Amino acid sequence: MESKYAIIGNSVAAVGAIEAIREIDKEGLITVVSDENVYNYSRPLISYYLGGKVEERNMYFRDKGFYERNNVKLILGKKAQRLDVNKHVVYLADETIIRFEKLLICTGGKPIVPNIEGLSEVREGVFSFTKFSDAKSMLSYIKLNGIKSAVVLGGGLIGLKAAEGLLARGLRVTIVELADRILPNTLDKEASEMLERALVGLGCSVLKGDTIIGVSTTDGVLKEVYLKSGRVIPSSLLVIAIGVRPNLDLIRGTSIGYDRGIIVDDQMQTNIAGIYAAGDVAQAKDFLTSMNSVLALWPVAFRQGKVAGFNMAGKETKYEGLFPMNSVEIAGIPTISFGLSNPQDGENYEVLVKKDGRVPLYRKIVLKDGRIVGGIFLGKIERTGIFVGLLKAGMDVSSFKEELLQDDFGFVVLPESYRKHMIVGEVIET
Amino acid sequence: MRRGSLVEGIKRVIVREEYCMGCRLCEIHCITQHSKSKNILKLFKGEEPKPLSGIYFEERGPTSFALQCRHCDDAPCLEACIGGAMYRDPITKRVLHNREKCVGCWMCIMVCPYGVIKADHSEKKVASKCDLCIEAGFPACVENCPNEAVILIDQYGRRVLKEG
Repeated sequence: MESKYAIIGNSVAAVGAIEAIREIDKEGLITVVSDENVYNYSRPLISYYLGGKVEERNMYFRDKGFYERNNVKLILGKKAQRLDVNKHVVYLADETIIRFEKLLICTGGKPIVPNIEGLSEVREGVFSFTKFSDAKSMLSYIKLNGIKSAVVLGGGLIGLKAAEGLLARGLRVTIVELADRILPNTLDKEASEMLERALVGLGCSVLKGDTIIGVSTTDGVLKEVYLKSGRVIPSSLLVIAIGVRPNLDLIRGTSIGYDRGIIVDDQMQTNIAGIYAAGDVAQAKDFLTSMNSVLALWPVAFRQGKVAGFNMAGKETKYEGLFPMNSVEIAGIPTISFGLSNPQDGENYEVLVKKDGRVPLYRKIVLKDGRIVGGIFLGKIERTGIFVGLLKAGMDVSSFKEELLQDDFGFVVLPESYRKHMIVGEVIET
Repeated sequence: MRRGSLVEGIKRVIVREEYCMGCRLCEIHCITQHSKSKNILKLFKGEEPKPLSGIYFEERGPTSFALQCRHCDDAPCLEACIGGAMYRDPITKRVLHNREKCVGCWMCIMVCPYGVIKADHSEKKVASKCDLCIEAGFPACVENCPNEAVILIDQYGRRVLKEG
């Protein structure tokens, strides 16, 4: 079959691209291929589904008519097996052939599976946690077998959200994290400890500086988990959540350039003209470092997909680059971190902090040469976007930096010209 | 000046801080407009839960102003929303928010450069923001500002007055 646009992958980058293409080109056929047999569900919502906080009907972030309305041919449950970059052809697992003019690869990430002795013998009881089907099969496994406890390997975002979902289902949960604290990549020690205390308050055990080296089974069902420290945890449910890596299956063996992810330019195009990449599979410009990096984050994937879509449809659009940013609520405590929230070479940065461990409340802003380069807001997160905006604007905040962590911080303390530009803009009295 | 329906094109409420007297009537009328009774006396005599106002009121010394959703052309909250709760109304082009779909992840709060989305903890945790009062016909904050500091403008920056 012929399709002007082919999109491999059906998550948020794909939706961003479809919406962008249709702003420019109302006609050209778009074909979306996904190996998952499910509509455009939101991956971050799977932990809410696991915890019983979101029903299946609310898992979808676009309505049922989305594909039809946008004239998209949707091919679900089929894997894109092979790509011929010279002929501009994608071959699906069932030998379907799609000839395209423009291709977007947004195949996302694959969960990393560590070397654990005995893991290959487990038939039931070990799950990764990145897909809707992971959440569904985990839930039915829990119900069918009356599972009462679980071990989660990895104290990053995915691990913590999985743990929270399991706690909400009444399971006893043990988190095992190799680093000396949870969320080591996004938070600093203070913020990590506040969230850890809250998780422990929910009855969760958190084991740090430890990892899983082996598992045992009975008739193929997980029975015990062995830790490096020598500890043995009897459990029939293990969630492996130590991270994802870009899913490069489709481009291996082609001439598309990749490093950690598929390398793209500032139009989200790969080294092959007409072939683009976006989302967790792409390695694109990082706003803070001006280097290329893989940022497996929802808003980044949407923006990259949108930029790719515009360029595919012929509207030249530049990707300005984004930076790490995440908002997550763990154990009822909202936490937002962005940019360089925990710089290692401390002497080059100025750090402003306000905290109250009892509430808990933690606010931190990292400055470099008078400009905001990162921050952490925990407990009270309203208006955090103003700081993210100041980072993007590259504004020198040194003249009002002692105001930044005041409770009433807002546009009122910003220089009048910036404030008026932001909140009023141009007004024409006619 | 234009008189017209709210329906065509993106509109936004802005405040001219030099006219703002800091009376905060905009907030009171916003809360009233979004309450169940829509009656200022019933509301303040005990209607619960009271809605949050869609306004951030800022004040420092002689300077004060109200700030609410800009209904941006290129709205970052639409891209950041993991639940598809934040959406653009196809007819009025407002950025609206579906409370039922919202899971309270606060991604919108993280990316809004105006800081005008609130976390509403009254029932289920959801985001809360200005909806331009379209269902009522005209923004309550604009209609009730005694000094015309809060005004409505269209996408070209032209002032829009209430019809009639």
